[in-house]
Amino acid sequence: MSSLFERIGGEGAVDAAVDIFYRKVLADDSISHFFDTTDMEAQHAKQKSFLSMAFGGPNNYTGADMRKAHAPLVGKGLNESHFNAVAGHLQATLEELNVPADLIGEVMAIAGSTKDDVLGL
Amino acid sequence: MSSITYQGKVYPSQADETVLDTLRRNTIAVPFSCRAGSCHTCMLRCLKGEVTTQSQKDLKPALKTLNYFLACQCVAEQDIEVSLPDDEDVYISARCVEKQQLSPTVWRFRFDTAVPMFYHSGQFVNLKNEAGWTRSYSLASLPAEDQHLEIQVRRMPEGQMSHWLIDEFDVGMHIELEGPNGHCIYTDGEPEKPILMVGTGTGLAPLIGILRDALHQGHTGQLYFYHGARTQDELYLHNTLEEIAKQHSNVHYHACVSGGDVAAGMKAGRAADLAMQAHPSLKGYRLYLCGAPEMVREMRKNAFMAGASMPEISADAFTASEHSS
Repeated sequence: MSSLFERIGGEGAVDAAVDIFYRKVLADDSISHFFDTTDMEAQHAKQKSFLSMAFGGPNNYTGADMRKAHAPLVGKGLNESHFNAVAGHLQATLEELNVPADLIGEVMAIAGSTKDDVLGL
Repeated sequence: MSSITYQGKVYPSQADETVLDTLRRNTIAVPFSCRAGSCHTCMLRCLKGEVTTQSQKDLKPALKTLNYFLACQCVAEQDIEVSLPDDEDVYISARCVEKQQLSPTVWRFRFDTAVPMFYHSGQFVNLKNEAGWTRSYSLASLPAEDQHLEIQVRRMPEGQMSHWLIDEFDVGMHIELEGPNGHCIYTDGEPEKPILMVGTGTGLAPLIGILRDALHQGHTGQLYFYHGARTQDELYLHNTLEEIAKQHSNVHYHACVSGGDVAAGMKAGRAADLAMQAHPSLKGYRLYLCGAPEMVREMRKNAFMAGASMPEISADAFTASEHSS
Protein backbone atom coordinates (compact mmCIF):
# COMPACT_ATOMS: atom_id res chain seq x y z
CA MET A 1 0.00 0.00 0.00
CA SER A 2 1.42 3.36 -0.98
CA SER A 3 1.99 6.09 1.59
CA LEU A 4 -0.48 8.87 2.35
CA PHE A 5 1.94 11.33 0.74
CA GLU A 6 1.92 9.34 -2.51
CA ARG A 7 -1.83 8.83 -2.52
CA ILE A 8 -2.56 12.52 -1.94
CA GLY A 9 -0.32 13.53 -4.84
CA GLY A 10 3.08 14.23 -3.27
CA GLU A 11 4.98 17.48 -3.77
CA GLY A 12 2.46 18.62 -6.40
CA ALA A 13 -0.37 18.43 -3.88
CA VAL A 14 1.61 20.51 -1.41
CA ASP A 15 2.26 23.14 -4.08
CA ALA A 16 -1.41 23.21 -5.03
CA ALA A 17 -2.54 23.54 -1.43
CA VAL A 18 -0.06 25.98 0.09
CA ASP A 19 -1.23 29.20 -1.62
CA ILE A 20 -4.89 28.41 -0.95
CA PHE A 21 -4.24 27.45 2.66
CA TYR A 22 -2.00 30.43 3.50
CA ARG A 23 -4.46 32.82 1.81
CA LYS A 24 -7.31 31.48 3.97
CA VAL A 25 -5.24 31.85 7.12
CA LEU A 26 -4.24 35.44 6.29
CA ALA A 27 -7.84 36.34 5.45
CA ASP A 28 -9.03 35.16 8.88
CA ASP A 29 -8.81 38.14 11.22
CA SER A 30 -8.99 35.91 14.30
CA ILE A 31 -5.60 34.32 13.49
CA SER A 32 -3.91 36.33 10.74
CA HIS A 33 -1.78 38.31 13.22
CA PHE A 34 0.09 35.09 14.13
CA PHE A 35 1.07 34.62 10.48
CA ASP A 36 1.58 38.16 9.28
CA THR A 37 5.30 38.78 9.31
CA THR A 38 7.70 41.08 7.53
CA ASP A 39 9.03 38.06 5.67
CA MET A 40 6.05 36.58 3.89
CA GLU A 41 8.24 34.41 1.70
CA ALA A 42 9.74 32.68 4.75
CA GLN A 43 6.30 32.32 6.30
CA HIS A 44 5.00 30.80 3.08
CA ALA A 45 7.90 28.32 3.13
CA LYS A 46 6.99 27.38 6.72
CA GLN A 47 3.40 26.70 5.70
CA LYS A 48 4.73 24.54 2.92
CA SER A 49 6.80 22.39 5.27
CA PHE A 50 3.84 22.14 7.64
CA LEU A 51 1.60 20.88 4.82
CA SER A 52 4.27 18.45 3.68
CA MET A 53 4.34 17.01 7.20
CA ALA A 54 0.53 16.90 7.52
CA PHE A 55 0.36 15.12 4.14
CA GLY A 56 2.65 12.43 5.52
CA GLY A 57 5.58 13.64 3.44
CA PRO A 58 9.26 14.22 4.14
CA ASN A 59 9.88 16.68 6.95
CA ASN A 60 12.33 17.50 9.68
CA TYR A 61 9.85 18.28 12.41
CA THR A 62 10.25 16.95 15.90
CA GLY A 63 7.80 17.63 18.69
CA ALA A 64 10.49 19.68 20.44
CA ASP A 65 10.97 21.87 17.33
CA MET A 66 7.24 22.47 17.12
CA ARG A 67 7.13 23.42 20.76
CA LYS A 68 10.09 25.78 20.52
CA ALA A 69 8.89 27.42 17.31
CA HIS A 70 5.43 28.13 18.67
CA ALA A 71 6.43 29.16 22.20
CA PRO A 72 6.62 32.88 21.34
CA LEU A 73 3.11 32.66 19.84
CA VAL A 74 1.78 30.92 22.93
CA GLY A 75 3.24 33.88 24.81
CA LYS A 76 1.14 36.15 22.61
CA GLY A 77 -2.05 34.25 23.45
CA LEU A 78 -2.13 31.38 20.95
CA ASN A 79 -4.78 28.96 22.22
CA GLU A 80 -6.98 26.06 21.22
CA SER A 81 -9.52 28.19 19.36
CA HIS A 82 -6.73 29.50 17.09
CA PHE A 83 -5.45 25.97 16.56
CA ASN A 84 -8.92 24.81 15.59
CA ALA A 85 -9.35 27.74 13.20
CA VAL A 86 -6.12 26.80 11.38
CA ALA A 87 -7.23 23.18 11.25
CA GLY A 88 -10.56 24.30 9.78
CA HIS A 89 -8.75 26.19 7.01
CA LEU A 90 -6.66 23.12 6.30
CA GLN A 91 -9.78 20.98 5.97
CA ALA A 92 -11.50 23.58 3.75
CA THR A 93 -8.40 23.77 1.54
CA LEU A 94 -8.42 20.01 1.01
CA GLU A 95 -12.14 20.01 0.28
CA GLU A 96 -11.65 22.81 -2.23
CA LEU A 97 -9.03 20.65 -3.97
CA ASN A 98 -11.46 17.69 -4.05
CA VAL A 99 -9.22 15.46 -1.92
CA PRO A 100 -11.16 12.26 -1.03
CA ALA A 101 -12.71 12.30 2.45
CA ASP A 102 -10.69 9.36 3.81
CA LEU A 103 -7.40 11.08 2.89
CA ILE A 104 -8.62 14.33 4.46
CA GLY A 105 -9.29 12.31 7.61
CA GLU A 106 -5.71 11.01 7.66
CA VAL A 107 -4.27 14.49 7.13
CA MET A 108 -6.43 15.98 9.87
CA ALA A 109 -5.31 13.25 12.25
CA ILE A 110 -1.64 14.10 11.64
CA ALA A 111 -2.33 17.82 12.02
CA GLY A 112 -4.30 17.16 15.21
CA SER A 113 -1.42 15.15 16.67
CA THR A 114 0.71 18.32 16.78
CA LYS A 115 -1.73 20.18 19.02
CA ASP A 116 -0.03 19.67 22.39
CA ASP A 117 3.35 20.70 21.01
CA VAL A 118 1.97 23.72 19.14
CA LEU A 119 0.08 24.96 22.20
CA GLY A 120 2.85 24.00 24.63
CA LEU A 121 0.57 21.74 26.68
CA MET B 1 28.40 27.31 22.93
CA SER B 2 30.87 28.05 20.16
CA SER B 3 33.32 30.88 19.83
CA ILE B 4 34.36 33.19 17.01
CA THR B 5 38.02 34.10 16.63
CA TYR B 6 38.67 37.37 14.83
CA GLN B 7 42.07 39.08 14.52
CA GLY B 8 43.51 36.86 17.24
CA LYS B 9 40.77 37.52 19.79
CA VAL B 10 38.16 34.98 20.87
CA TYR B 11 34.52 36.01 21.19
CA PRO B 12 32.09 33.48 22.72
CA SER B 13 28.72 33.48 20.98
CA GLN B 14 25.42 33.44 22.83
CA ALA B 15 22.59 30.97 22.19
CA ASP B 16 21.19 31.19 18.63
CA GLU B 17 23.35 34.22 17.94
CA THR B 18 24.61 34.77 14.40
CA VAL B 19 28.29 35.37 13.72
CA LEU B 20 27.36 38.90 12.66
CA ASP B 21 25.60 39.59 15.96
CA THR B 22 28.44 38.14 18.04
CA LEU B 23 30.99 40.36 16.31
CA ARG B 24 28.85 43.48 16.40
CA ARG B 25 28.01 42.92 20.06
CA ASN B 26 31.75 43.11 20.60
CA THR B 27 31.87 46.38 18.63
CA ILE B 28 33.66 44.89 15.63
CA ALA B 29 32.70 46.86 12.57
CA VAL B 30 31.60 44.16 10.12
CA PRO B 31 29.70 45.87 7.30
CA PHE B 32 26.11 44.67 6.96
CA SER B 33 22.77 45.80 5.64
CA CYS B 34 19.77 43.54 5.08
CA ARG B 35 20.39 40.87 7.77
CA ALA B 36 18.36 38.50 5.60
CA GLY B 37 21.04 36.83 3.50
CA SER B 38 20.26 38.71 0.34
CA CYS B 39 22.59 41.73 0.17
CA HIS B 40 25.90 39.87 0.77
CA THR B 41 27.34 42.95 2.48
CA CYS B 42 28.33 40.93 5.57
CA MET B 43 30.28 38.27 3.70
CA LEU B 44 33.23 36.92 5.73
CA ARG B 45 35.82 34.24 5.17
CA CYS B 46 36.12 31.26 7.46
CA LEU B 47 39.79 30.46 8.14
CA LYS B 48 39.36 27.60 10.62
CA GLY B 49 36.44 25.32 11.37
CA GLU B 50 33.31 24.88 9.29
CA VAL B 51 30.36 27.13 8.69
CA THR B 52 26.77 26.06 8.01
CA THR B 53 25.63 25.24 4.46
CA GLN B 54 22.72 27.63 4.99
CA SER B 55 25.19 30.53 5.26
CA GLN B 56 26.80 29.61 1.92
CA LYS B 57 23.86 28.53 -0.17
CA ASP B 58 23.58 31.68 -2.26
CA LEU B 59 27.29 32.24 -2.89
CA LYS B 60 29.17 31.64 -6.10
CA PRO B 61 30.93 28.24 -6.20
CA ALA B 62 34.39 29.85 -6.19
CA LEU B 63 33.59 31.76 -3.03
CA LYS B 64 32.14 28.66 -1.36
CA THR B 65 35.36 26.82 -2.12
CA LEU B 66 37.31 29.59 -0.42
CA ASN B 67 35.05 29.19 2.65
CA TYR B 68 33.24 32.47 2.30
CA PHE B 69 29.90 32.73 4.10
CA LEU B 70 27.26 35.26 5.11
CA ALA B 71 27.74 36.28 8.74
CA CYS B 72 24.06 37.19 9.19
CA GLN B 73 23.00 33.69 8.12
CA CYS B 74 25.42 31.70 10.24
CA VAL B 75 24.85 30.48 13.77
CA ALA B 76 28.20 28.80 14.43
CA GLU B 77 27.90 25.12 15.27
CA GLN B 78 31.57 24.87 16.21
CA ASP B 79 34.50 27.14 17.04
CA ILE B 80 35.52 29.09 13.96
CA GLU B 81 38.07 31.70 13.00
CA VAL B 82 36.98 34.34 10.53
CA SER B 83 38.35 37.32 8.66
CA LEU B 84 37.00 40.12 6.55
CA PRO B 85 36.97 39.21 2.84
CA ASP B 86 40.13 39.35 0.80
CA ASP B 87 39.29 42.11 -1.66
CA GLU B 88 41.02 40.26 -4.49
CA ASP B 89 38.70 37.26 -4.11
CA VAL B 90 35.49 39.18 -3.97
CA TYR B 91 35.81 42.55 -5.63
CA ILE B 92 36.63 43.64 -9.15
CA SER B 93 37.64 47.14 -10.08
CA ALA B 94 35.10 49.27 -11.94
CA ARG B 95 35.75 52.61 -13.64
CA CYS B 96 33.05 55.24 -13.93
CA VAL B 97 32.53 56.19 -17.60
CA GLU B 98 29.40 58.31 -17.25
CA LYS B 99 27.62 60.29 -14.56
CA GLN B 100 24.37 62.06 -15.32
CA GLN B 101 21.72 63.75 -13.21
CA LEU B 102 18.26 62.36 -14.07
CA SER B 103 16.07 64.20 -11.57
CA PRO B 104 16.48 66.56 -8.59
CA THR B 105 17.57 63.55 -6.47
CA VAL B 106 18.60 60.75 -8.85
CA TRP B 107 21.89 60.25 -10.71
CA ARG B 108 22.84 57.62 -13.28
CA PHE B 109 26.32 56.08 -13.18
CA ARG B 110 27.79 53.85 -15.86
CA PHE B 111 30.80 51.63 -15.27
CA ASP B 112 33.38 49.61 -17.12
CA THR B 113 34.71 46.60 -15.26
CA ALA B 114 38.28 45.35 -15.47
CA VAL B 115 36.98 41.86 -16.27
CA PRO B 116 33.63 41.20 -17.96
CA MET B 117 30.80 40.48 -15.56
CA PHE B 118 27.95 38.12 -16.48
CA TYR B 119 24.68 39.26 -14.99
CA HIS B 120 20.93 39.57 -15.50
CA SER B 121 19.14 42.91 -15.47
CA GLY B 122 17.58 43.43 -12.04
CA GLN B 123 20.38 41.78 -10.10
CA PHE B 124 22.43 44.01 -7.84
CA VAL B 125 26.06 44.72 -7.08
CA ASN B 126 27.79 45.96 -3.95
CA LEU B 127 30.00 48.99 -4.37
CA LYS B 128 32.80 49.69 -1.92
CA ASN B 129 34.76 52.92 -1.78
CA GLU B 130 38.21 53.49 -0.31
CA ALA B 131 36.75 54.34 3.07
CA GLY B 132 35.25 50.84 3.14
CA TRP B 133 31.65 52.02 2.80
CA THR B 134 29.62 49.31 1.09
CA ARG B 135 26.21 49.69 -0.45
CA SER B 136 23.98 47.64 -2.79
CA TYR B 137 22.74 49.00 -6.13
CA SER B 138 20.50 47.32 -8.69
CA LEU B 139 21.60 46.95 -12.30
CA ALA B 140 19.41 48.86 -14.75
CA SER B 141 21.43 47.88 -17.81
CA LEU B 142 20.74 45.02 -20.20
CA PRO B 143 23.85 42.92 -20.87
CA ALA B 144 22.75 42.02 -24.40
CA GLU B 145 22.39 45.64 -25.49
CA ASP B 146 24.41 47.84 -23.14
CA GLN B 147 28.16 48.05 -23.16
CA HIS B 148 28.35 49.38 -19.60
CA LEU B 149 26.88 48.51 -16.23
CA GLU B 150 24.32 51.06 -15.11
CA ILE B 151 23.13 51.92 -11.62
CA GLN B 152 20.83 54.70 -10.47
CA VAL B 153 21.57 56.43 -7.18
CA ARG B 154 19.12 58.48 -5.21
CA ARG B 155 20.41 61.04 -2.75
CA MET B 156 19.17 59.86 0.64
CA PRO B 157 19.33 62.42 3.47
CA GLU B 158 20.89 59.84 5.83
CA GLY B 159 22.79 57.94 3.15
CA GLN B 160 26.48 58.78 3.34
CA MET B 161 27.34 56.58 0.37
CA SER B 162 24.77 58.32 -1.83
CA HIS B 163 26.23 61.74 -0.91
CA TRP B 164 29.74 60.47 -1.57
CA LEU B 165 28.84 59.04 -4.99
CA ILE B 166 26.94 62.12 -6.07
CA ASP B 167 29.27 64.76 -4.63
CA GLU B 168 32.74 63.19 -4.71
CA PHE B 169 32.77 60.32 -7.18
CA ASP B 170 33.18 61.16 -10.85
CA VAL B 171 33.94 59.95 -14.36
CA GLY B 172 37.38 58.33 -14.61
CA MET B 173 37.48 57.29 -10.95
CA HIS B 174 37.56 53.66 -9.79
CA ILE B 175 35.48 51.80 -7.24
CA GLU B 176 35.41 48.21 -5.99
CA LEU B 177 32.46 46.12 -7.16
CA GLU B 178 31.13 42.76 -5.93
CA GLY B 179 28.38 40.76 -7.57
CA PRO B 180 26.09 40.13 -9.27
CA ASN B 181 23.62 39.04 -6.58
CA GLY B 182 19.89 38.53 -6.27
CA HIS B 183 17.06 36.70 -7.99
CA CYS B 184 14.75 39.53 -9.05
CA ILE B 185 15.19 38.85 -12.79
CA TYR B 186 13.12 38.06 -15.87
CA THR B 187 12.61 34.32 -16.19
CA ASP B 188 11.92 33.08 -19.69
CA GLY B 189 9.82 30.06 -20.61
CA GLU B 190 6.42 31.68 -20.19
CA PRO B 191 6.38 34.45 -22.80
CA GLU B 192 2.60 34.81 -22.73
CA LYS B 193 2.22 35.37 -19.00
CA PRO B 194 0.89 38.80 -17.96
CA ILE B 195 3.47 40.71 -15.93
CA LEU B 196 2.80 43.45 -13.40
CA MET B 197 5.73 45.62 -12.33
CA VAL B 198 5.47 48.14 -9.53
CA GLY B 199 8.33 50.35 -8.42
CA THR B 200 8.81 53.42 -6.28
CA GLY B 201 11.78 55.79 -6.43
CA THR B 202 14.92 54.09 -7.75
CA GLY B 203 13.06 50.77 -7.59
CA LEU B 204 12.72 51.81 -11.22
CA ALA B 205 16.35 50.79 -11.88
CA PRO B 206 15.91 46.99 -11.64
CA LEU B 207 12.43 47.21 -13.15
CA ILE B 208 13.46 48.97 -16.33
CA GLY B 209 16.26 46.43 -16.71
CA ILE B 210 13.81 43.56 -16.28
CA LEU B 211 11.31 45.20 -18.67
CA ARG B 212 13.95 45.60 -21.37
CA ASP B 213 15.14 42.03 -20.77
CA ALA B 214 11.58 40.71 -21.17
CA LEU B 215 11.14 42.61 -24.44
CA HIS B 216 14.57 41.54 -25.67
CA GLN B 217 13.63 37.91 -25.02
CA GLY B 218 10.40 38.28 -26.95
CA HIS B 219 7.82 38.43 -24.18
CA THR B 220 4.40 38.57 -25.84
CA GLY B 221 2.14 38.80 -22.77
CA GLN B 222 0.95 42.14 -21.42
CA LEU B 223 3.47 44.12 -19.37
CA TYR B 224 1.89 46.55 -16.91
CA PHE B 225 4.46 48.96 -15.53
CA TYR B 226 3.73 51.31 -12.60
CA HIS B 227 6.33 53.80 -11.45
CA GLY B 228 5.44 55.86 -8.41
CA ALA B 229 6.97 59.01 -6.96
CA ARG B 230 5.81 61.76 -4.66
CA THR B 231 6.30 64.50 -7.25
CA GLN B 232 6.28 64.30 -11.03
CA ASP B 233 9.85 65.55 -11.44
CA GLU B 234 10.99 62.35 -9.65
CA LEU B 235 9.51 60.17 -12.41
CA TYR B 236 12.98 60.33 -13.84
CA LEU B 237 12.61 58.04 -16.86
CA HIS B 238 9.14 59.19 -17.88
CA ASN B 239 10.05 59.96 -21.48
CA THR B 240 12.07 56.76 -21.90
CA LEU B 241 9.21 54.63 -20.61
CA GLU B 242 6.65 56.46 -22.75
CA GLU B 243 8.87 55.77 -25.75
CA ILE B 244 9.14 52.04 -24.89
CA ALA B 245 5.34 51.86 -24.51
CA LYS B 246 4.89 53.58 -27.85
CA GLN B 247 7.15 51.03 -29.57
CA HIS B 248 5.62 47.94 -27.91
CA SER B 249 1.85 47.55 -27.93
CA ASN B 250 1.98 45.09 -25.00
CA VAL B 251 3.73 47.58 -22.67
CA HIS B 252 1.40 49.73 -20.55
CA TYR B 253 3.25 52.41 -18.61
CA HIS B 254 1.56 54.26 -15.76
CA ALA B 255 3.24 57.24 -14.14
CA CYS B 256 1.87 57.66 -10.62
CA VAL B 257 2.23 60.80 -8.51
CA SER B 258 1.25 60.48 -4.86
CA GLY B 259 1.54 64.18 -3.93
CA GLY B 260 1.62 67.53 -5.70
CA ASP B 261 0.58 68.39 -9.23
CA VAL B 262 -0.25 65.68 -11.71
CA ALA B 263 0.52 66.40 -15.36
CA ALA B 264 -1.62 65.19 -18.23
CA GLY B 265 -1.03 61.51 -18.92
CA MET B 266 -0.06 60.80 -15.30
CA LYS B 267 -2.18 59.31 -12.53
CA ALA B 268 -2.80 60.68 -9.03
CA GLY B 269 -2.20 58.22 -6.21
CA ARG B 270 0.24 55.62 -4.96
CA ALA B 271 1.60 53.21 -7.57
CA ALA B 272 0.74 50.09 -5.55
CA ASP B 273 -2.85 51.25 -4.91
CA LEU B 274 -3.41 52.16 -8.55
CA ALA B 275 -1.95 48.83 -9.71
CA MET B 276 -4.22 46.87 -7.37
CA GLN B 277 -7.29 48.85 -8.42
CA ALA B 278 -6.60 48.14 -12.08
CA HIS B 279 -5.80 44.46 -11.43
CA PRO B 280 -8.15 43.16 -8.73
CA SER B 281 -7.41 39.56 -9.73
CA LEU B 282 -3.77 38.56 -10.13
CA LYS B 283 -4.19 34.84 -10.66
CA GLY B 284 -1.73 33.71 -13.31
CA TYR B 285 0.35 36.90 -13.18
CA ARG B 286 4.07 37.29 -12.65
CA LEU B 287 4.95 40.22 -10.39
CA TYR B 288 8.01 42.37 -9.81
CA LEU B 289 7.98 44.75 -6.85
CA CYS B 290 10.90 47.05 -6.19
CA GLY B 291 11.40 50.05 -3.95
CA ALA B 292 10.43 51.17 -0.46
CA PRO B 293 10.23 48.19 1.95
CA GLU B 294 6.77 49.17 3.24
CA MET B 295 5.39 49.33 -0.29
CA VAL B 296 6.96 45.98 -1.22
CA ARG B 297 5.65 44.30 1.92
CA GLU B 298 2.12 45.62 1.59
CA MET B 299 1.92 44.99 -2.14
CA ARG B 300 3.29 41.45 -1.80
CA LYS B 301 0.52 40.61 0.63
CA ASN B 302 -2.21 42.32 -1.41
CA ALA B 303 -1.02 40.62 -4.60
CA PHE B 304 -0.94 37.23 -2.90
CA MET B 305 -4.43 37.74 -1.48
CA ALA B 306 -5.57 38.78 -4.97
CA GLY B 307 -4.59 35.38 -6.32
CA ALA B 308 -0.92 35.69 -7.29
CA SER B 309 1.07 32.58 -6.47
CA MET B 310 3.90 33.27 -4.00
CA PRO B 311 6.72 31.90 -6.21
CA GLU B 312 5.52 34.26 -8.97
CA ILE B 313 6.18 37.35 -6.84
CA SER B 314 9.73 38.65 -7.15
CA ALA B 315 10.62 41.52 -4.91
CA ASP B 316 13.52 43.75 -4.10
CA ALA B 317 13.04 45.92 -1.02
CA PHE B 318 15.44 48.83 -0.80
CA THR B 319 16.48 49.38 2.76
CA ALA B 320 16.69 53.10 3.35
CA SER B 321 19.18 52.94 6.19
CA GLU B 322 22.86 52.50 5.61
CA HIS B 323 25.24 50.46 7.70
CA SER B 324 28.63 51.24 6.36
CA SER B 325 31.36 50.72 8.85
